[in-house]
Amino acid sequence: MSAALDPIRTRRPQGDLALVVSLFAVILLIGGAAGVGYLVLSGSLDGRWYDFRDLGVGMAHLAEWLDEQNASQPAATRALLGDHWMSYLTTAVIGGIGILSFVGGVLLILIWVERRLIARIQVRRGPNRLGPYGLLQPLADAIKLIQKEVLIPEGADRFLFFLPPILVFIPGLLVWGPVPWAPNMAYLDLNVGVLYLIAISSLATVAIFIAGWSSNNHYALLGAMRTVAMMISYEIPLGMALISVVLLAGSMQLSEIVRWQAQHYAWMAFLIPFSLFTFFFSSTAELNRTPNDIAEAESEIVAGFHTEYSGMKFGLFYAVELGNAVAVAAFVTAFFLGGWSLFGLEAFIPGYIIFATKVAAGYFVLVWLRGTLPRFRLDQLMAFAWKYLIPITIAHTTLVAAEVTAMGALALPGIVELGTVALVNIAFTVWVMRRWARFLGYRPETERVMQPKLTTQVGGLHAAERMRGAS
Amino acid sequence: MTSIGITIAFYALSGLSIGAAVAVFLTRNLLHAVIFVILAFIGMAGLFVTLSADFLAVSQVMIYAGAISVLLVFAVMLTPYASRDNGNSLFAPVGVLVGLGFAALIGFVATQVAWPVFSGSDLEAQNFTGTVRTIGGALLGGYALPFELASVLLLAALVGAIALVREDER
Repeated sequence: MSAALDPIRTRRPQGDLALVVSLFAVILLIGGAAGVGYLVLSGSLDGRWYDFRDLGVGMAHLAEWLDEQNASQPAATRALLGDHWMSYLTTAVIGGIGILSFVGGVLLILIWVERRLIARIQVRRGPNRLGPYGLLQPLADAIKLIQKEVLIPEGADRFLFFLPPILVFIPGLLVWGPVPWAPNMAYLDLNVGVLYLIAISSLATVAIFIAGWSSNNHYALLGAMRTVAMMISYEIPLGMALISVVLLAGSMQLSEIVRWQAQHYAWMAFLIPFSLFTFFFSSTAELNRTPNDIAEAESEIVAGFHTEYSGMKFGLFYAVELGNAVAVAAFVTAFFLGGWSLFGLEAFIPGYIIFATKVAAGYFVLVWLRGTLPRFRLDQLMAFAWKYLIPITIAHTTLVAAEVTAMGALALPGIVELGTVALVNIAFTVWVMRRWARFLGYRPETERVMQPKLTTQVGGLHAAERMRGAS
Repeated sequence: MTSIGITIAFYALSGLSIGAAVAVFLTRNLLHAVIFVILAFIGMAGLFVTLSADFLAVSQVMIYAGAISVLLVFAVMLTPYASRDNGNSLFAPVGVLVGLGFAALIGFVATQVAWPVFSGSDLEAQNFTGTVRTIGGALLGGYALPFELASVLLLAALVGAIALVREDER
C-alpha cells in the first residue's frame, strides 16, 4: 500500500508524545517512591499523622484529637450527643467526599481511556479532536447529555420510569465503601464485607428490571428479562468463588482478607486460580460487559433495558456501568491480587498507589476483553453458568474446605501448606474442567474440521462442467 | 446510655418501614407496591444495623431486597391486570385477622422476654466483635439438624419445581 493512501502512517505518529508523557510519569513515580523510601528509612515519618503512606493513620489521629475536643465540652452536650459524635461525623464526611471525588474522577477519565484503548485494539483512532489527545471528550459528552431532552415514552409508568437511574446509582456508590485502600484506609470496614458486597450488587437487579418494565417497550422488556436471568444465574458461582476466598482467609472482612494475603506472601490468584476466573467471568456477566453483554446486545435488542432512556438518565446508566467495572477491578484486587501488598514493597510505596495500580491493571483486562471477544449467545451463557460453572465451583469449594480443615489439623510450615494447596487446586481444577466438559459432550477430536478445498484438488476450474456433462 | 444518633436513626428507619408498609396497602398498582415492599425491607435492615446485628442486616438486604423482590416482580408480571386497579380484595378480613395475630405474637415476645441489652461502653466491655461467628457456630453446632433439614427441604422444592416445568422430551 502506498504511503499516500494510508492516512495512519502519513501523519505524525501519536505514540511519541504519549511515550514521553508516560516516561515522565514513571520517573515521577519512581522519584516519589524514592523520596518516601528515604523519609521512611531516616525514621522521620513513623507514627506521625502526616504519614501519607496510609491516609487512614491521619484520619485516626484526627478522630483522636476530635474526641479530646469532645471530652472538653459541657457534660449536658455530651449526654445528649454522645462521646464520639464529632469524630464520627467528621471522618464520615471526609471519607465520603474522598470516595465520591475518586469515583467521579474515575468516571470522567476512564470513559476516555476505555474508548481510546478499544480504538487502539480495533485499529481505529478513537476520540482525538477535543483537547489534547481528545481528553476533553468525556466532559463534552456529559454537557451534551445534560442539555438533551429527557423523553418519557407514551404509556410508560411515570413513577417507575423515574426511579431506576437513581436506584442503580446508589449501589454503584455503596460498593466502594469496604474497599481497603491501605492497611488502615477503608471507609466502611464491615466484618461482613463480602456478604455486604453480594447484597449491594443484588439490589441493582430490581432497578434494572423496573427500568425495562416501565419503558413500555418490547426491546426494553426483553433486555430486562435477560439481565435478571443472567444476574440471578451468575450470582451463584460468584458467591461460591468468594466462599473459597473467605474459607482460606478465615474472615469476611476485606481488610483481613488482604492482610492474610500480605502475611503469607501468597495471593489468592495463585492458590485458587479457578475462583479468580469464576469471579471475573461472573462479574462481566453481572456488569453487562462484553463478552457477556447480551442484556444490551445492540445487534439484537437495540439497547436493552435502557432503550427508552435519553439525556442524563441514560448518562447515569452508562456511568454506573463503567463505575461498576472499576469496582469489580478493585474487588478482584482485594480478593485475589493481594490488595495493597506487593511482597514487602508496601513498606515504602503508599498502599493506595499499589492498590490503584492493580485496579488499573484489572480494568485494562476488562477493556481488553471488551475490545477482542465477540458476544456469547444467551443460551450459551445460561448453560455455561448452570451446567458448567456451578457444579465445578461446588466441587472446588468442597475441596478448599477440606484443605482448610487439613491445614488447621496438620499445622505444617506455611510455605509447604500453601504450595501444596496451590498445586492440588490447580491439578484438580484442570482435571475436573476437562472431565466435566467431556461429560457434557465436548469432543474436539471427533469434530470434522471443514477446510476449503482448492479447485485443483477436485479437478480444475472446469471440473463441475465436466461432471455435469458426464452424468 | 444511648446516644441521640441511635434514637434519631431508630425513629427515622421505623418511620420509613411503617410508611412504606402502609403505602403497599394504599397504592393500587402492584409493581408500585413491590417497590414499597423493598423500601420496607431496607428500612428493617437499617433497624438491624442500629442493633449491631450486621449479619442479619446484610442478609435481610441480600435475601429480601435482592432475591425475594425479584421473585415478587416475576409473580406480579404473571398476574393479569398487574398495573391496573387492584383496590378490591376478597381476603381483606382474613388478612387483617392474620396481621393482628402476628402483631400480637411479636408484641408478646418483645415485651415478655428479658432481653440482655448492651450499648456504648457496656458493649465494648463485652468484647463484642460481631454476630457472624456466633450465628455460624449455632447453625453448625446446636442447630445443625434443623439447618440441614431446611436445606434438604429447599433442595426437594427446587427439584420439584424443575420436574414440574420440565418439557416432555420427545
